[in-house]
Amino acid sequence: MDIFLQQILNGLVLGSVYALVALGYTMVYGILGLINFAHGEVVMVGALVSLSVIEVLLGANLGIPAPLVGVMALVVAISVCMALGFSIERVAYRPLRRAPRLAPLITAIGVSILLQTVAMLIWGRRYHTVPALIPPTPHTFAGATITNVQILIIVVSALIMAGLMGLVHFTRLGRAMRATAENPVVAGLMGVNINRIISATFVIGSALAAIAGVLVSSNYGIAHYYMGFVLGLKAFTAAVLGGIGNLPGAMLGGLLLGLIESLGAGYVGDLTGGFLGSHYQDVFAFLVLIMVLVFRPTGLLGERVSERA
Amino acid sequence: MNTRDLSVHLKTLVVGVAAAMALALAGCGKKDEAIKIGHAGPLTGPVAHLGKDNENGVRLALDEANAAGVTIGGQKATFSMQSEDDQADPKQGPIVAQKLVDAKVAGVIGHLNSGTTIPASKIYHDAGLAQISPSATNVTYTHQGFKTAFRVMANDAQQGKVLGDYAVHKLGAKNIAIIDDRSAYGQGLADEFEKAAKAAGGQIVTREFTGTDKTDFNAILTSIKGKNADLIFYGGMDSQAGPMMKQIKNLGISSKFLTGDGGQTAEFLKLAGDAGEGAYASSPGVPLDKMPGGKAFADKYKAKFNIEIQLYAPYAYDSANVLLEAMKKADSTDPAKYLPILAGITFQGVTGNIAFDENGDIKGGSISLYQAKGGKWEYLDTIGG
Repeated sequence: MDIFLQQILNGLVLGSVYALVALGYTMVYGILGLINFAHGEVVMVGALVSLSVIEVLLGANLGIPAPLVGVMALVVAISVCMALGFSIERVAYRPLRRAPRLAPLITAIGVSILLQTVAMLIWGRRYHTVPALIPPTPHTFAGATITNVQILIIVVSALIMAGLMGLVHFTRLGRAMRATAENPVVAGLMGVNINRIISATFVIGSALAAIAGVLVSSNYGIAHYYMGFVLGLKAFTAAVLGGIGNLPGAMLGGLLLGLIESLGAGYVGDLTGGFLGSHYQDVFAFLVLIMVLVFRPTGLLGERVSERA
Repeated sequence: MNTRDLSVHLKTLVVGVAAAMALALAGCGKKDEAIKIGHAGPLTGPVAHLGKDNENGVRLALDEANAAGVTIGGQKATFSMQSEDDQADPKQGPIVAQKLVDAKVAGVIGHLNSGTTIPASKIYHDAGLAQISPSATNVTYTHQGFKTAFRVMANDAQQGKVLGDYAVHKLGAKNIAIIDDRSAYGQGLADEFEKAAKAAGGQIVTREFTGTDKTDFNAILTSIKGKNADLIFYGGMDSQAGPMMKQIKNLGISSKFLTGDGGQTAEFLKLAGDAGEGAYASSPGVPLDKMPGGKAFADKYKAKFNIEIQLYAPYAYDSANVLLEAMKKADSTDPAKYLPILAGITFQGVTGNIAFDENGDIKGGSISLYQAKGGKWEYLDTIGG
């Protein structure tokens, strides 16, 4: 039973990260109808930038306490990613706003590859070790172990998701975002500056991506130029699972996908009597996605895409 | 444009292209006197540090040969290296192999991973090109009946057997969990280990699997935790083994950790950090300071490249030198002439005596065991040889 609890905890940690990244995908899709494939790469940039800042600060031996170094690295990573998200939108997606749907899609893939290559040129091809700023002391309760960093991931993700919901539902910016998501043309007629709102969406999504990148690289202690690709793909899957365009859906989808992957990897061997091993965990996760979409094509909580008259 | 115009245009095009090609080919001519030695290994990706290490070993050997002045076939020979990146990807291995064959290299040192070496070996065999691998340990590589495939270190049949025996008899493990990364190397080594461990009387409580690109092992490690294994064996590379050790410690698992030569590197110690303390690993051959030419080689390497040796550089160095020696003895860079010489050669390398058996495996290979202590690999024992 304690193993089951441990797998649940593993799944929640994994899922919190997926949820943070899925929110970025879902917000952009809800407003623009565009799958921002470059989003996973923004996560990667956030992780590598924070790593560089940490290395510089620790190397300069300024006597700054470790948690403060972490916070500073996080702030720099968030700023860089926000600027990156803003630039990607302006340079790659805005000119294609009126183009047929395929064009921005291919552009997004192109931006993704571009970012991976630039990262490879800047940070090299090796796996980088991320120094542990928070000592990963494991805490045990009810037979399950969880480290400080993992607790931090779950708590930070939960707070951010709550904050985002608050932003979207209780502020003017949030109201403008919801209006744009519902119908951009009419929102524009009502005095909403569509371009600003879309930029704000990308910027917020990229900030979340930066936080996710820092958390992931701290948890596994590794960062490298290719880490964003699979993570982005899985986060997008999570967004679709929960209902694309739907913020609570992205959160639910993320957490659910993390849990399914964790439980799948842990139990699929036992369930199939050793016929299928734990390396089928991805297959398991995607099978669940297919089943959900077959019976509920709009995802678990229903999709919310803007009306395009 | 009617059909007649089209056929005229087409003819002009064909003639034009043929002329251009003739010019290009004439340009190629006999300008290149340097003998190209091919090297293939992962220069990008998780084990790029090991691929670069091999490349450096070959480069050192070729530079020394050029400096010493070698005569082959009555002409002064200069060697150059053509190094290709196979990304440790089994799909990329044959592509890179074909590229080297088309570039008409005289011989190939490569690849690094068994997963790329085995498919590539078919290409080299079909082209009649000699291939010496400094690090591929999977048994299949030399058991395909190819007279072109050689390796300078012991294979996984031996390594798995030594590991299995060691786990049960020396480390006293009764319940063993095995994880592998589903690559040709990882899976092959894990299978050999399982056979040997069972034969020695150990119980395998579970077999789990992961992938060469995964960094999260919490789910399978949690599953292993529930099965109360007293030893975890991992068949795979250091870029996974390192994070795996971290996650093992984080989950509060107290089992011993044993891995093969893929994890016996400085990079593993770096990636695992404090969590790597106490891990066991094996490596074919003997430690650098016990090799006949080990210390001298380490100094030369450090002086030239300004970094420490990762793992297989001495073997890459020896592979290149034994290839050159075969060419010198046969007085030719034609594989058809020097392959038979290579098959029967006896050569004193920095790693020890190199002679190949009828399969292309090294004769008298040995396996050494190490334990991570205080951030360094401490030598324990050598078996075989």
